[in-house]
Amino acid sequence: MEVLKIATAGSVDDGKSTLIGRILYDTKSLTDDKLEAIEKTSKQKGYDYLDFSLATDGLVAEREQGITIDVAHIYFSTATKSYIIADTPGHVEYTRNMVTGASTSQAAIILIDARKGVIEQTNRHFFINNLLRIKEVVVAINKMDLVDYSEEKYNAIKADFEALMSKRDYQNQKITFVPVSALKGDNVVRKSENMPWYTGPSILDRLEALGKQDIFNVGTPRFPVQFVIRPKTDEFHDFRGYAGKVYGGELSVGDDVVVLPSQTKSKIKDIYFYDKKYQTASRRSSVTITLEDDINVSRGDMIVKAGEIPTIDKQFTAQVCWMDTKELTAGAKYIVQHGVNKVLAKVDTIHHKINPDYSGINEDVLGLGVNDIASVSFKLNKPIFYDAFKNHRTNGSFILIDTQTNNTVGAGFISQN
Amino acid sequence: METIEKIEHIKGTAVINNTASINSLENEAIYIFREVAAQFEKPVLLFSGGKDSITLVRLAQKAFYPAKIPFPLMHIDTGHNFPETIEFRDRLVKELGLELIIRNVQDSIDQGKVKEESGRYSSRNQLQTTTLLDAIEEFKFDACIGGARRDEEKARAKERIFSVRDDFGQWDEKKQRPELFDMLNGEIELGQNVRVFPISNWTELDVWSYIEKEDIEIPSIYFAHTRATFVRDGMIWTADDEVVFRDDNEEVVDRVVRFRTVGDMSCTAAVLSDAADITSVVREIRASTISERGARIDDKRSEAAMEKRKQQGYF
Repeated sequence: MEVLKIATAGSVDDGKSTLIGRILYDTKSLTDDKLEAIEKTSKQKGYDYLDFSLATDGLVAEREQGITIDVAHIYFSTATKSYIIADTPGHVEYTRNMVTGASTSQAAIILIDARKGVIEQTNRHFFINNLLRIKEVVVAINKMDLVDYSEEKYNAIKADFEALMSKRDYQNQKITFVPVSALKGDNVVRKSENMPWYTGPSILDRLEALGKQDIFNVGTPRFPVQFVIRPKTDEFHDFRGYAGKVYGGELSVGDDVVVLPSQTKSKIKDIYFYDKKYQTASRRSSVTITLEDDINVSRGDMIVKAGEIPTIDKQFTAQVCWMDTKELTAGAKYIVQHGVNKVLAKVDTIHHKINPDYSGINEDVLGLGVNDIASVSFKLNKPIFYDAFKNHRTNGSFILIDTQTNNTVGAGFISQN
Repeated sequence: METIEKIEHIKGTAVINNTASINSLENEAIYIFREVAAQFEKPVLLFSGGKDSITLVRLAQKAFYPAKIPFPLMHIDTGHNFPETIEFRDRLVKELGLELIIRNVQDSIDQGKVKEESGRYSSRNQLQTTTLLDAIEEFKFDACIGGARRDEEKARAKERIFSVRDDFGQWDEKKQRPELFDMLNGEIELGQNVRVFPISNWTELDVWSYIEKEDIEIPSIYFAHTRATFVRDGMIWTADDEVVFRDDNEEVVDRVVRFRTVGDMSCTAAVLSDAADITSVVREIRASTISERGARIDDKRSEAAMEKRKQQGYF
């Protein structure tokens, strides 16, 4: 059984939490006690329907204001897949939380209110999906019950969204449009009887049909060393293992490898997972590798296959999503955390702020405010080993850490050196 | 979840397959453990003797093999634990050669730092927070690894894997750091600490399936046994201890029960069950229509019970 991580995106009141609640309800994933609590609170609030958002809005402030502030992770499973849904906020001011939720997801659901159609927020959501290279997107045109389940309305919104699609720079994306009513349950899990004109899949049907090849970009194997294992026991006196996770592709015993940054060559001797040895470690395996040669490897180093060396450089340019109220400015210093590697970085140039509405109007600015997205060049105090984000999701991304507050203040997607 | 894909482990020839849900979660947890060991000076694993913390111990063993787990375990003992759990705890640390630190809620009560609750629903669960915060300060722990899962409770669903607490141990849900991709930011100031949740993304069923797959030993109270009990508010409580408040008119009956979650005795109810082995337990959980925390009275105190406890420093 596979795990599929999904991010939701939609504006305030487009019904994201309701949609998730509906999925949980219709797949019978809500337990009786949780359902009872939803019924009780819905009744207290005087609603004549079940407020499913109560299942996901876990904070007092969220329930008070009726909005989602932070990402909630929701779990359910069907006979074929385990799902993790990141329920992300819709407010413009919580864009950073949307990026947070989407960064670990393989698929996204973008919600549109059928009464409002494609709005500025829809552009932003689609833009972020493209920025994060999310391949599988379901566009849920919600609240169809409030527009008399109108096919014309649906087609008009679909056409507007298709106009956006022509502006994206990510061509491998697959987009499925589904007319739904999250409140009534049309085309969420069950096919709707109210829209006989729609012959496509329900949202869940679409997600269920996704295979591994639809979801993951494989890329070349990268093995950042997290921890050096030296037991120094009688049994493992000379054992020196490099613990880490395989990103992209796979590594096998006997592979010719290069250790970065020293560029020392060696071969993979053994691959351990706990007390067993394996021939091959596939993508995302947390294994421990030993090498044929006794070389000095420490945390932050990276083991790659010979002939597949990433860019090694002390500078790069990246799209940055800024997440802090204190501005990012040229000349400022931050910690760049790239995988498990931390280096000190200086902002060299802010090229321009990107308008995530696909207007094509990009402004020259001196600083970046919270939720701004911009193309920024950095200089580093020592080289890192990176790929472009479009070629390697893990080795092409980084976070920025404020040296004073230690907060994570930005996310970056490397475009070039 | 019908079948759990097993890792093939023919020595030296197999490929580790991580598409299976449970394997992928296991690999994620191991990655998190290694980040803790690398990024912090003094981590500790919060160990209650329950199934989630027992699972954490196995994952930590896997993360650092063939080296030993590079941090101690700590139990904040309410003094109201099931004797079976304590016996199990002591045996486990002995067998695995682990270091166990114990700090007692009773000591915090004796020192007058916390006041024992009284009445029908009194519990020591909430009192644990003070003892925990004192112990963190005493040992200067900068990372406390816990077995909380996001599927347990809706405030927990909001929490990060690396959850920063201020120097009062408090959680500010509005100031959480964004957590992007696999990158865990463990930078903190002196006095702050990070609560780390390696099995955040696991569900209750995942934990049970893992215990079954890995053949991990757990305390006997998780399996069906006969026990003196009484019923209050539709829940089954133990009657064979001094801890649970019981009115004289509440009738004691022997029932075949097991525990789905093992917390403080005073706030953990039993469930009727004849699941006497792990396979039956997994089958039962899969079919259950009540959530795990449905048996924890401390969560029913209010809609925001867990959020409030976390703001005060609960793990």
